[in-house]
Amino acid sequence: MGSPLRIVNGRVYDPANGVNGVVRDVCVRDGKIVDDVPPDAKRIDATGLVVMPGGVDIHCHIAGPKVNLARKVQPETHRDDVQLRTRVTRSGTGGTVPSTFATGYRYATLGYTTAMEAAVPPLGARHTLEEFHDTPVIDKGFFVLVGNNLLLYRLLQEGRLEEFRHALAWWLTVTKAYAPKLVNPGGDEMWKGQRNANITALDDKIGAFDLTPRRVIAAFIEAANALGLPHPVHIHCNNLGHTGNVETTLETMRLAEGRRAHMAHIQFHSYGAVAGKSRSNPTSRARDIAEYVNTHPNISADVGAVMFGHSTSMTADAPLAYMLYRIAGGKWVNADTENESGCGIVPFTYQDQVYTNALQWAIGLELFLLSEDPWRMVFSTDHPNGGSFMTYPRLIRLLMDSEFRKQQMAQVNQKALDHTSLRDLQGREYSLYEIAIITRAGPARLLGLTAKGHLGVGADADITLYEEDDDKEKMFAAPRYVIKDGELIVEDHEFRDDHGGRVLHVAPAYDAKIEQVIEPFFEDYYTIRFANYAVDDRYLSHHQVIPTAAPAAAATPAGAARP
Amino acid sequence: MSLALTLHTVPTVPLEAEVLSPARLAGLSAPEAAKLTVVYGNQRADLGDFFKVGKGADGELHLTGDLARVKRVGMGMAEGRIVVHGSAGMHLGTGMTGGEIVVEGDAGDWVGSEMTGGRITVKGNAGHMVGSATRGSAVGVRGGEILIFGNVGNEAGSGMRRGLIAIGGDSGDFAGVNMLAGTIVVLGRLGWRTGAGMARGSIISMHPAELLPTFAYACTYSPLFLRLCLLHLGRLGLPVARSQVEGRYQRWCGDAVELNRGEVLLLDSAPGA
Repeated sequence: MGSPLRIVNGRVYDPANGVNGVVRDVCVRDGKIVDDVPPDAKRIDATGLVVMPGGVDIHCHIAGPKVNLARKVQPETHRDDVQLRTRVTRSGTGGTVPSTFATGYRYATLGYTTAMEAAVPPLGARHTLEEFHDTPVIDKGFFVLVGNNLLLYRLLQEGRLEEFRHALAWWLTVTKAYAPKLVNPGGDEMWKGQRNANITALDDKIGAFDLTPRRVIAAFIEAANALGLPHPVHIHCNNLGHTGNVETTLETMRLAEGRRAHMAHIQFHSYGAVAGKSRSNPTSRARDIAEYVNTHPNISADVGAVMFGHSTSMTADAPLAYMLYRIAGGKWVNADTENESGCGIVPFTYQDQVYTNALQWAIGLELFLLSEDPWRMVFSTDHPNGGSFMTYPRLIRLLMDSEFRKQQMAQVNQKALDHTSLRDLQGREYSLYEIAIITRAGPARLLGLTAKGHLGVGADADITLYEEDDDKEKMFAAPRYVIKDGELIVEDHEFRDDHGGRVLHVAPAYDAKIEQVIEPFFEDYYTIRFANYAVDDRYLSHHQVIPTAAPAAAATPAGAARP
Repeated sequence: MSLALTLHTVPTVPLEAEVLSPARLAGLSAPEAAKLTVVYGNQRADLGDFFKVGKGADGELHLTGDLARVKRVGMGMAEGRIVVHGSAGMHLGTGMTGGEIVVEGDAGDWVGSEMTGGRITVKGNAGHMVGSATRGSAVGVRGGEILIFGNVGNEAGSGMRRGLIAIGGDSGDFAGVNMLAGTIVVLGRLGWRTGAGMARGSIISMHPAELLPTFAYACTYSPLFLRLCLLHLGRLGLPVARSQVEGRYQRWCGDAVELNRGEVLLLDSAPGA
């Protein structure tokens, strides 16, 4: 994988190894960072350049059935944003939901080399892996939706917790997933049964089950920790986007009781209500959320910041999509209802003069600026929900440049800002070191990717070289070099090579006897035979199994091949 | 600009030539214009591979030949005048904001889709989607005029918000589907499901038509705006009869699924009734 390479005299930001802007060389061989390379190795003169590990996106939506549906529902965004073929790269279309090839290349042109698709129904795993196959350059994995799963609910309701854990491990293994994902646990189940039904509180009863979201969430946190997964359960809380949902969010975090849990796009879950009013506009409760996360090291979160302009709301939370459709008034689509999940797509535009939109934008910034531990409050826009990943450079500038932030604040709905503490946070600016944490080292650590997000010996040689600039948006929009697995992909801002990237997945061990529990359920209810359900290795070309920490006792090794 | 281009090689697959626009050719000599890039199928080619470029006159762009497979002529143009002596391909004047295009022959699909200003005149027939929204867009034509002397295909004026589309012949199905506002005049016959989903706007025809059940008859009258509109169209050369200008029209309100704010006006078959 590539000839030896020496990156000379770059200013290195490698927070995982405590390197803060030190001028030094970085050596690469066989796709890994090494101590030294022979003197005749190819050299890149990085004098005046900032060297960082490749970016790691912990939460985005880039592949699978709902992403493709979002492409299909917005053909008008394709013709205005055509990506032409080059000598080494393939063509595609952009917009807020780029085609597969364009997704890979565009992430690469921002210096990102790893991204996690955050919501895939198990039945959509094959589709997702096929799209991954056509998503170049970046390494990628997906979180599998398990929070509205009937069999898991049934096991939980009957108190069969050990089988519940084995069944969860089975689902992760057979779908080639990276982590378990809960989306509005119980909400999709309610939505499917009754018009416009949803979960409103953690103690609501879930449809016909003798279960509550509280019990479901606690069980998944417990099981994911017991399985020793590299990334814990990834939670999209109940009540996303609703005024006053902060109580639900805090309550959900408390359920972890010291165990690890990751809270997705927490900005969308940080809304208060005006006291004494039953119906009011949302207010910011970012302070309460930030304080809880700051003081609870078991909890991590990605922000899910909102950026003004076009976005596509794309979620497994079907009742939420219906709510957004009633606000947006344009087109929407509801799908995946037949899967072990739900899904809704709503093209959406965030406008700076709209109270709620400006509030959401401000809360995203507040959460970043109030965070005391950048390792656990990491970067995301929940692409393409809060904004496309192409807005990342602008968001970085908002964090690093308080003067720019002040200018932008002057242009938004001021009543919304009155309900936030953003004006009190003018003094806070992120440093390059902290940006390297929230966009690279932090997400990699939270994902348990020990070879990513840093430049220590043995790490994957995913490296970005930026030209330092006072305009951080400009700086982060176009790295001069991007190296993936030791290969020079982008040189002088142009693609020099194409690259496949790997699929990252887990294969936690489970007791094979669990299949005797699952199979009859399939034969009774599924549209697919049990024997045909597990995704076989033909769907993986380049892949890597990320090991789990503590295999469950008395378990057989899972069937996945190791590279 | 003042160039005269003559098609010397008829393309066998579509040729995308948005360079055939006044602003793109402004100030270019004939050899420079011949060097402009066009997309031929999935290949790139020079404009000169297909067109002989000569000196023109009158500050106009003259295109001669069977351009039925030449797409995007005048796309996005803002000013100037293009005359096509022959037929034009798809996406003629798509998204244009001003200026004028005259086609002596027929035009393909998507004539003037999502245009915001200017005028397109087609002396022959035009294809489907005349002055319509592009697939996925909610809004089509936002201004300007499209005159088709012959017949048109389906979905003329879909999603139209403002402006005037006039058709001398017959229209296909779904004329004015999802229309938001604006005016469509069809001197010939309407196809099926005219005005389906229209929110506001006026669709006029000189013949009886079978309308959707979500359109309701309101009254028969002589709207003043229509008299002015038809006189205007007559001056532009469309065959408007005096009986049509002075006629009485049945007003049908619809589409009821969009709160009945739009209208279809049909020339009353029994004048004076």
